[in-house]
Amino acid sequence: MNLVTPDSGLLFWMVVIFGLVFFLLWKFGFPVITSMVEKRNATIEKSLKDAHQIEAQMAGMLAEHAQMLEDARKEQAQILREATDTRNKILAQAKDEAREEASKILADARTEIEAEKEAALRDVRREVAVLSVSIAEKILRKELADDRAQRDYIDRMVEEAVRDGDRS
Amino acid sequence: MIWSLLISLLLVIPGITSPVIPGSTSSVIPGSTGNLQMADQVGHDESVQEEDVDVAGIIFEHIGDDYEWHLLTWGDKHVMLHLPVIVHSSTGWHVFSSKRLEHGASYEGLKIDPEKGKIVEVDSGKRPFDISITKNVLSLMMSSLLLLVIILLTARWYKKHDVLNEAPTGIAALMEPLVMMVHDMARENIGEEDYRKYSPYLCMAFLFILLNNFMGIVPFFPGGANLTGNIAITLVLALCTFFTVNLTGTKHYYKDIFNPDVPVFLKPIMPVIEVFSALMKPVSLTIRLFANMLAGHIMILCMVCIIFIMAKYGPLLMGSMTVVSVLFGIFLDALECLVAFIQAYVFTMLSSIYIGLARAHGE
Repeated sequence: MNLVTPDSGLLFWMVVIFGLVFFLLWKFGFPVITSMVEKRNATIEKSLKDAHQIEAQMAGMLAEHAQMLEDARKEQAQILREATDTRNKILAQAKDEAREEASKILADARTEIEAEKEAALRDVRREVAVLSVSIAEKILRKELADDRAQRDYIDRMVEEAVRDGDRS
Repeated sequence: MIWSLLISLLLVIPGITSPVIPGSTSSVIPGSTGNLQMADQVGHDESVQEEDVDVAGIIFEHIGDDYEWHLLTWGDKHVMLHLPVIVHSSTGWHVFSSKRLEHGASYEGLKIDPEKGKIVEVDSGKRPFDISITKNVLSLMMSSLLLLVIILLTARWYKKHDVLNEAPTGIAALMEPLVMMVHDMARENIGEEDYRKYSPYLCMAFLFILLNNFMGIVPFFPGGANLTGNIAITLVLALCTFFTVNLTGTKHYYKDIFNPDVPVFLKPIMPVIEVFSALMKPVSLTIRLFANMLAGHIMILCMVCIIFIMAKYGPLLMGSMTVVSVLFGIFLDALECLVAFIQAYVFTMLSSIYIGLARAHGE
């Protein structure tokens, strides 16, 4: 059988054709395909890495965001509390001031009233003195209408005066 | 290259003839179209009515090489491709159609030796330098052209498309996994450093073997030639691997062969063993691929032949055996598809491993 003896013609053609096809594909075929696919693989790998990195960054940003929200909320609460405190303080202060003012006004009023009262009393007293003098004048005039009574009265008066003088 | 292929194809097309062979009436199984091969073999023996089927003849016609390509038999007509004969004999170059050598005829002092099935010189019986476009050579040309076209179209797809934004479609989607499989295999076995240099050869070997294996399974033209089951083809492939390995081997690789780190008393023996092993690698590659593909072809042909062998035992036996052999034939065809891939893969992987070993650097 010539199955196991290689035929020279076929060997020749195989070397020629295989060589030529290999040369052409080595120049223009396989490297084009493999380099393109490798380029794509590299890009995919890089994209995946980038995606992971971005994901991590996103997670960080989310945490930061949450932190910021939390801070803002705290600050808001604090501001509100401070505002309430300030309001209460102002209110209290205003009340105090009002009370003080009121008491001052009251005191002033009282002093004035006192003074007015003094003055009024003084007037009344003067009036009463004048009145009593005039009344006494009138009574005296009436009582001392005659001479005898006048003498008696003068006597008594003198007597009294003397007595007083003795005593003093 | 492409033009020479086209021209050679044009050369053979006028050779397509359909001669009516007069008197070839004694078909083995009348009415059956499956007996194309047998009609040729036994056609001229009219005295025999019921003849034993020449199984070996049929099988060797299919797995062997030939100067013509028997396409089909239609009734009494044999449709043949008469391929060009190109020989350099003692009288110089001869180029003519193999039609002139049909049925043992001689032409320009040459004839086909009926025993060897090769062209010899009529006078001396010597083999001339024969580079005829035989069945296998034509098949080799066609499948190589096909491979060239497929890969160049794929490469063109990658040049024309933005590979970063588009998924491969069409032929690129078909070829990319195969090419990248071999490319990755090369990276694994040869190493990150210089696998790029060897990847094209491995891709070429893999796709060449795969394509021709599948072409061999296709039972009609342009398939059907037993190319990867031919020792000349596998020998060339294995020698390519052999030279790639041994011409690009590192110092460390050669040191391991000729001066390995072994005890002194082994020093003279080891180089002999190592050289022998290096020489046996291409032989094993050759025989493995050749024998696997040949055996597959023979098995399938045997299954088909069972139908014709059974013909003389009556319709019942023949009918039942036909069912069996068709079922087995389907099974074997499926198996061959698997083997076609596995053998291409194994050849490529072993090649890449051998190359990887030769690229070894000292630890």
